[in-house]
Amino acid sequence: MGPLIPLGQIASGWDFVIALLIGIAFGFILEASGFSSSRNITGVFYGYNFVVLRVFLTAVVVAMIGLLYFNYMGWIDLNLIYVVPTYINSMVIGSVLMGLGFILGGFCPGTSYTGIAIGKIDAMVFTGGLFLGIFLFSELFPALESFYYGDSLGSATIEDVFGISNEKFSFIFVIIAIIVFYVTWLIEKRVRKTVNPYKFE
Amino acid sequence: MDTVSKEKSIPKYINPYFGGVLLGLLLLVTFYITGRGLGASGAVKSAVVSTVEKIAPVHAEESTYYSKFISTDHSPMFNWLVFESIGVFIGGLLSGVLFGRVKKLRVEHSPKITSKTRIIAAGLGGILFGFGSQLGRGCSSGAALSGTAAFSFGGLLVMVVLFGSGYVFAYFFRKLWI
Repeated sequence: MGPLIPLGQIASGWDFVIALLIGIAFGFILEASGFSSSRNITGVFYGYNFVVLRVFLTAVVVAMIGLLYFNYMGWIDLNLIYVVPTYINSMVIGSVLMGLGFILGGFCPGTSYTGIAIGKIDAMVFTGGLFLGIFLFSELFPALESFYYGDSLGSATIEDVFGISNEKFSFIFVIIAIIVFYVTWLIEKRVRKTVNPYKFE
Repeated sequence: MDTVSKEKSIPKYINPYFGGVLLGLLLLVTFYITGRGLGASGAVKSAVVSTVEKIAPVHAEESTYYSKFISTDHSPMFNWLVFESIGVFIGGLLSGVLFGRVKKLRVEHSPKITSKTRIIAAGLGGILFGFGSQLGRGCSSGAALSGTAAFSFGGLLVMVVLFGSGYVFAYFFRKLWI
């Protein structure tokens, strides 16, 4: 029965070994999928390359259905899985800032680490920026505290907010993903006729 | 001639749907083992907390934010996400070596902008992303990907607003990329 570490089925000394191994697999998949290149990533916003959307949505679908399946088979207790808490205002503003940072920087944190690994100076500068941004936030925290904790829904699940079961939600999510895959494939074909093919560095 | 130049301009990336299935399975395994998903920005936060704690220990202890992540028995760097992120770097390096993408230090940018412009934009982007990730309770991996997969409403919210605002801002910064 999982999850293994919260249920004490793996000795805690193994925590960091597991973290390192999971990280290696994560970094390998990100790099091999093409996320070490910012121009490859931002293609998703201009229609010339939707690789980010394909990898991201496929991963959500696989993990989501996998969790439901593991739960159904009794291999995992879904109630013990960490649910990211919801603070509406803080998260909306945070996500808008991240969206702006994404377009300016061309990376997100995880992908910038793989960019550094293959020698991208822009990825190093982006990661340096992350450090500075988090430092700024921490220093300004007293002024932001009430906003940061305000409008809390606690560990709200999609079921709590929309009233649809996990099974129904994942079904809808899969349908949306398939439509998105098809439509973006059409868009990409059209855009690639007009946008000059870009050279990867 | 054409095919030769085409081969040079298209690197050997794995099929994105295959990559997505691998990433989804990895995320599932991570949930199964740890009860939490993947993350990335948390490691930089640990680095910030650890740096401030070393340079200005009193300031760090008094701060309501730093003190949340300071423990008396171990360094803030002795953290699951720090080890995971070191792994991300190693994994990226392995893939880069395997597919021949590890090269000398370079700046990747659109031919329409200079390296300097790219560096400034990357730095600003990092600052905004870092700041936003704290308000958002995680970045694209911790909140959007892992959160949504575990049916968190907040995760779904971050995913939709992050990508949605990216599309809105994309128009204004198109010269950086196309």
